[in-house]
Amino acid sequence: MARRRDPGDGREPSALDQVAGNGLLNRRMLLGRGMVLAGAATGVAASAASAGAEPLADAEWSRHQGTTSKDVDPRSRFEDKVKRTLSNPNGEPRTQHARTPHHLLNGTVTPNHLHFTIVHTGAPDIDPSQHKLVIHGLVKQPMVFTLDKLARYPMESRMAFVECGGNSAPMFSPEPVQANVQAIHGLVSNAEWTGVRLSTLLEETGVDPKAKWFIAEGADKSALSRSVPLKKAMDDALIALYQNGERIMPGNGYPMRLLVPGFEGNMNVKYLRRIQLTDQPAMTFHESRNYSPVLPDGTAYKFYFINEVKSFITNPSFGLNLKEPGYYEISGVAYSGTGRISRVAVSADGGVSWADAALQGPLNPKAFTRFHMPWHWNGGPAVLASRAWDEAGNVQPMRSEFVATRGQTKQPVKNLLGFPNQHYNSITSWGVDSKGEITNVYI
Amino acid sequence: MSTSERVVFSLAVLLLGSSLALAEDRKLGTPITEADIKALNITILPDGTNLPAGKGTAAEGAKIFAEKCMACHGEGGKGGPFATLVSDAPLKGNGIEAPKTIKNFWANATTVYDYIRRAMPWPGPRTLSDEEVYSLVAYILASNKIIDADAEMNAQTLPKVKMPNRDNFIIRFPDKI
Repeated sequence: MARRRDPGDGREPSALDQVAGNGLLNRRMLLGRGMVLAGAATGVAASAASAGAEPLADAEWSRHQGTTSKDVDPRSRFEDKVKRTLSNPNGEPRTQHARTPHHLLNGTVTPNHLHFTIVHTGAPDIDPSQHKLVIHGLVKQPMVFTLDKLARYPMESRMAFVECGGNSAPMFSPEPVQANVQAIHGLVSNAEWTGVRLSTLLEETGVDPKAKWFIAEGADKSALSRSVPLKKAMDDALIALYQNGERIMPGNGYPMRLLVPGFEGNMNVKYLRRIQLTDQPAMTFHESRNYSPVLPDGTAYKFYFINEVKSFITNPSFGLNLKEPGYYEISGVAYSGTGRISRVAVSADGGVSWADAALQGPLNPKAFTRFHMPWHWNGGPAVLASRAWDEAGNVQPMRSEFVATRGQTKQPVKNLLGFPNQHYNSITSWGVDSKGEITNVYI
Repeated sequence: MSTSERVVFSLAVLLLGSSLALAEDRKLGTPITEADIKALNITILPDGTNLPAGKGTAAEGAKIFAEKCMACHGEGGKGGPFATLVSDAPLKGNGIEAPKTIKNFWANATTVYDYIRRAMPWPGPRTLSDEEVYSLVAYILASNKIIDADAEMNAQTLPKVKMPNRDNFIIRFPDKI
């Protein structure tokens, strides 16, 4: 088979095109010339390969009336494999996880039906006309808000990722687990959330100066509750009513959830029914136990609110093997619970050399940023990795420095669902062998 | 004040007035009293705030446990299909895979009360009486040898129980609090 050439004029990439080792190319490849000529190069390859192929003709589906529009549009039947993976599909009496297939998505917005969910006692079947939000405790006047009333307040939209505090925890395994992005990093998603600022409602109830925390509680069967510093309420906490333009999905908290951008997913309390202002944290089950990570010496962190700066390559990645040498775009997502992503570096030689990836704007704080890096795969072994920085200067740690302080499991992780709740934000690396097969590797 | 200044001033007064009216008009919440929220207000704070009246002992708790909890948590709470509640497994020495138990990890005894009342038993949370919860808390704490076998748990004694691992936590992001 003819070897596909790089964008350009039918030549192999020159030293000038390369910005780092093992075929990372200058970002201008992504702009006008590169993209256009990439198409032309494909055309050349196609025509070269099509010598014995059938001539192009009208396809069967072009000759008939298509399907009728539906009130809620289903996806193409060819997209059935793009779905969440379920940890507890029969709803046994334990937590249910549904993971986002990042390796099959692009852009930054997670479609609502593919947004990750974790529910501990199932999604309650809440009648929105009956649901109420109570704000009380250390306020001047306790108040109750119906959904109808909340919908009349000034609304604000913000792009925000929500990530389980234990997302990526299989990476604590001393040997890399051979699993795809969905299995390793599927407990994070990104959406546009629309709702009312919590501070707007607190203006109305008034705040007792002794208040330092608020306890958020859901209307789910276990009345899940978390303590959040009042500072966050005054900063950017939202009572979210909409997710990507439509009412919040049942698995994400219908009809309303607390959105605390950048804070671990469990704190974004779903089915929100009660907010109580207090002078102390409640030390609820979830903050006392589940979301307090243990360190190797047996001490533990508490109030581990922020999901720190992280990135991972979604394509190419495990399960998306390369079919032939030539031009590819390395792409992935980066995000930080502290603010905007300021830089993402990509390596194709296992971290020996790095080059800055192009960041797709707009760069929203505490939200997904998609990064792109053009790459010429020469058909030899490669190790692809990404590393992100945020605007506060935080950098995604290399794995060796991360596990030096946080530890790793004694035995390789076999059950990817069995080791949650430890924050992990180090880098992910994908090894490409000379057949184009991709494995999870550590560098 | 010139004419133009007067116009500007009057406009400013007008705008200020209307924005205040707007803020007033936007108050859409319905005022309620803490008494209205009593049934929903189940959060217990570590200092004991909101612990209900009543009391319980391990002896009482053992009977309730056998009837309502043992199927999931095993005999004596030592492990069944779901979480182990009574254990001497150490936290230190096990690295990051250390099993977190009530005894080796939970910082506050009030959390045990709050969580049992809020979320247990799994098939029917919030069906236990306040006294039943006190008894179950006493049973679990006594079985773990955190309190004496005959200690009574009530709104005064429970917050004073010192959990073994209480002082073993580091606040991860103090500037966010």
